[in-house]
Amino acid sequence: MQLLMFYVLGFGAVVSALLMVTNKRPVRAAMSLIATMSFLAGLYVLLDAHLIAALQLIVYAGAIMVLFLFVIMLLNLEEKEGGLTGNTLALQFVSMLVVGTLFVMIVSLVKVDGSMSAVGELANQFGTTKAVGKMLFTEYMLPFEIASVLLLAAIVGAVILAKRRIDDSE
Amino acid sequence: MVSLNSYLMLGAILFAIGAVGVFTQRNALIIYMCIELMLNAVNLTFIAFSRFLNNLDGHVFVFMIMTVAAAEAAVGLAIIISLFRNKETVNVDDINLSKG
Repeated sequence: MQLLMFYVLGFGAVVSALLMVTNKRPVRAAMSLIATMSFLAGLYVLLDAHLIAALQLIVYAGAIMVLFLFVIMLLNLEEKEGGLTGNTLALQFVSMLVVGTLFVMIVSLVKVDGSMSAVGELANQFGTTKAVGKMLFTEYMLPFEIASVLLLAAIVGAVILAKRRIDDSE
Repeated sequence: MVSLNSYLMLGAILFAIGAVGVFTQRNALIIYMCIELMLNAVNLTFIAFSRFLNNLDGHVFVFMIMTVAAAEAAVGLAIIISLFRNKETVNVDDINLSKG
């Protein structure tokens, strides 16, 4: 049953990713990416990562991609501004995809003993909000606080960059 | 049961798809979305390792990656908006400063 779910979710994620990468229209690409992220959230649930699965849907698919869609609709792009480069694009695309996948697969198979299914039993509340929250507030307190400073810097930067200047000659 | 290899392979395939998209796409926004896809593939790898090694450090790192991705999305999209205001296009073939 788990194997079937893994193959369904994995296949869906790969198909959505391919649809996103080869798309001419940015809105369709954004929708395909949202689908990919939803399939990945399902895979996180398979891997007992409950908090991360929920955060993936709330933060990634629900906030970041909505921000993308806002910007796409704000810029109001036409269809001819997207798409892949080159004339023999199908051949280039397929060859690069195959070579890239093979390379990453070879590297990952050589380095890791990946045949294990599990290491003993999992911890009692593995991947729940309580366990991850406890880690975040005890052992990883410093990165947690620095992340808040990072978000503040990003907010200030984004506002200043996207502000319409008064004395700009447009 | 699903082995660790399967999850790593899936993460590798998604990462390769994202990398190919960054190289071949002409629309700057879709290039940016392919970068987000690569980050998601890395998240999958982290979660897979965290589960098979019974260690929650992977989850915390994925949390940080999501935070960084959110901040990067905000600033990067602000940059693209400013670029669009100046050049009136997001086609990366046309955004060439050396041509004047």
